[in-house]
Amino acid sequence: MDPARTYDLLVVGGGNAALCAAITARRSGLAVLLVESAPIHFRGGNSRHTRNMRTMHAGPLDVLTGEYSEEEYWQDLLKVTGGLTDERLARMAIRETERHLPWMKQHGVRFQAPLGGTLHLARTNAFFLGGGKALVNAYYAAADALGIEVSYDTEVVEIALRDARFTSATVRRKGALHEIRARALVVASGGFESNLAWLREAWGPPADNFIVRGTPYNMGTVLKLLLAKGARQVSDPMQGHCVAIDARSPRFDGGIVTRVDALSLGIVVNRNAQRFYDEGEDFWPKRYAIWGRLVAAEPDQIAFSIIDHKSMGKFMPPVFPPVKAGSIGELATLLALDPAALEATVARFNAALRPGTFDHTILDDCATEGLTPPKTHWARAIDAPPYYAYPLRPGITFTYLGVAIDDKARMLMRDGKTAQNIFAAGEIMAGNVLGKGYLAGIGMAIGTTFGRIAGAEAARHVRG
Amino acid sequence: MSAVKPRLEELVEEAQRVLAICNACRYCEGYCAVFPALERRLSFDEHDVHYLANLCHNCGACLYACQYAPPHEFQLNFPRVLAQVRKETYKKYAWPRAFAAAFERNGVAVSLATGASLALALLFTALTVDPSRLFSAWSDAHGSFYAVIPHEAMVTSFGLLSLFVVVALVMSLTGFWAAPGEDTAGLAQPQPLAAATWDAAGLRYLDGGGDGCTYPDARPSFARRNFHHLTSYGFMLCFAATSVATIYHYVFAWKAPYPFYSLPVILGTLGGIGLLAGPLGLLWLRVRRDPELADASQTGMDVGFIALLFFVSLTGLALLILRETRAMGTLLAVHLGFVLALFVTLPYGKFVHALYRFAALARFHIERRRPLPEIGTE
Repeated sequence: MDPARTYDLLVVGGGNAALCAAITARRSGLAVLLVESAPIHFRGGNSRHTRNMRTMHAGPLDVLTGEYSEEEYWQDLLKVTGGLTDERLARMAIRETERHLPWMKQHGVRFQAPLGGTLHLARTNAFFLGGGKALVNAYYAAADALGIEVSYDTEVVEIALRDARFTSATVRRKGALHEIRARALVVASGGFESNLAWLREAWGPPADNFIVRGTPYNMGTVLKLLLAKGARQVSDPMQGHCVAIDARSPRFDGGIVTRVDALSLGIVVNRNAQRFYDEGEDFWPKRYAIWGRLVAAEPDQIAFSIIDHKSMGKFMPPVFPPVKAGSIGELATLLALDPAALEATVARFNAALRPGTFDHTILDDCATEGLTPPKTHWARAIDAPPYYAYPLRPGITFTYLGVAIDDKARMLMRDGKTAQNIFAAGEIMAGNVLGKGYLAGIGMAIGTTFGRIAGAEAARHVRG
Repeated sequence: MSAVKPRLEELVEEAQRVLAICNACRYCEGYCAVFPALERRLSFDEHDVHYLANLCHNCGACLYACQYAPPHEFQLNFPRVLAQVRKETYKKYAWPRAFAAAFERNGVAVSLATGASLALALLFTALTVDPSRLFSAWSDAHGSFYAVIPHEAMVTSFGLLSLFVVVALVMSLTGFWAAPGEDTAGLAQPQPLAAATWDAAGLRYLDGGGDGCTYPDARPSFARRNFHHLTSYGFMLCFAATSVATIYHYVFAWKAPYPFYSLPVILGTLGGIGLLAGPLGLLWLRVRRDPELADASQTGMDVGFIALLFFVSLTGLALLILRETRAMGTLLAVHLGFVLALFVTLPYGKFVHALYRFAALARFHIERRRPLPEIGTE
């Protein structure tokens, strides 16, 4: 990092989108500086925790079965977002994904067959060998080989704009401030999910019970700066990818292993030992992506997934051991719930079951009758001891509040102007495509597409 | 962790903690056999831990890919905990049990054994061979080696020792195999055996999932696999040279020394070169390797075995070149001393990794033919 020179491009952020932008721009001949706020061991933002990219493809590919058309992909996205998406940008992200695979391989990313227990993603999602950290490592190695300058532990604290044009950024490294000049700026610095104060501002006191599944380094500093300097906002601070995770997870950075996959096999109750949502509504990922918000809406933002002996071992093994008891009453006591209330809830649930043939691989006919809320599939009596419970909390993966962009990844201003030399990629602009909800593997699709576009457009801008 | 001497129970507990995280994550599934093997289980007892530890080739790929690796608060260092468990495996299944202690400070044990073997060989030679014979130059026509140390003495001592080594290795292997309740006959199933042999012969899982091991550092490389091939195939060529020579001696009554263009000498020379280059390469990589990957307490064991192979080869090749000079007698004693040390420490040193690794691979291939536990979809 050399404050004396003027770089062609400053990339802020160190995850997938930032690296895709930096590599693309460097390959077009730009002198690139990438600043990552995390130390080297935690580099890569939330990309470190990813494992696949949802990928459109016309026919079977080495790691993808069947076909996944643009239209089907788009319909899937439409469904989870309820229409809160920009179709033009969304279709751009979708269409580019197939072309990413060779480019990713060229830069050292390797792929593998879908992981055990994820066969339902075999057609739609390309899995990275070793997961997201391996991908990030490969990109850093490629960046190094290409001569991209990388500075870790380097946080942007101020961005100077003149008439919607980037001129310089002030960064802090080892306590010292430096001014970095560059001809163009790519912001790929993530959302604000690690910023507990900001989450509390958005959600109020419930945010104190949220767990941040991903990186502790996405403080949203750059996002806040840009919004304050007139960038046009997309989505809102309460939207994000939020799943129900084990309440015993670490406050930050627990990643994939914090998930609890038992929900659809039993019942889920709140602090008052009452059920509050149809546990058998749909398959993952729809189910997966809505439960964070559901738990967030319950008192004290806590819930408990309860199963019996029949279901033990029939789901992806969670990392934390279940709470185990010989009776429902005893389980309630261990969970600090009212035993009588939980016994009544389970009894009501068991009494409402109508006969059916259990099959967890399809939307089966095991459902409740006359129960509110109902359980519409996979409903089986909770009557075989021992009983098990997993405590649940909302787990924030990333926030959708972001800056608006155009189809060249250029940042748009509230006053209608287009920032000619500021490009955004990754979480910081994901809200353009994801207004709400989540589709497994689309974060990496958005990051890779707009990262590459941002890098290419930055090069076009600088080289004229 | 590495500062405290880990007991088996502590290690098994740590391995169970780590394995539970790995089983919930599964990102490394494509790297090697260990991850598919662990995913077949929902919990891990001590036998599972021994099995998975010995299935691991310590390629290092999973550590670099791990989102939970230190300094993450989960402090997950999968290759290291498995390496630590392997040492416990070697101790637990050593036969006779009394010799398990040799694995505790294996570098010292191997050094002492080598020193004693050299002393024994030199002393035996000095006491039994007349100095005028020992320090004379013997042409090949004069029978060279056997003019100094009689054939019968060599065959009797090394024959008995080999027998003991084979028994010790078989007892260790079957003990390891049968401990989790596996049928010993399972080791004789042709298909899994062939698959395990194929994997072992090519060091299939010493490849970091395709691009090479992240060894000695984060950049994938096949250097370690290549040097290991030189070492293990060098070892086998030397073994083949000895076997061919034995056939020559007993079947055809052709007496050593054999000419330079003869099969035993060609095999032995090629093997010897492998056993010089391979161990040197492995040592060179080892010095530069990421300490995160290693169990520091096993340096003596690794280096001891590698060094012994190197010196067996070095003295053997020197003997070949100088066999018609006056140095031959002394060199022969020194060479036999190193060979003796290698034999004696074979069941109580790094060599045993091959045994347990092979058994683990065989078990992996047997398990693969069994249905997967049903865990539904996530």
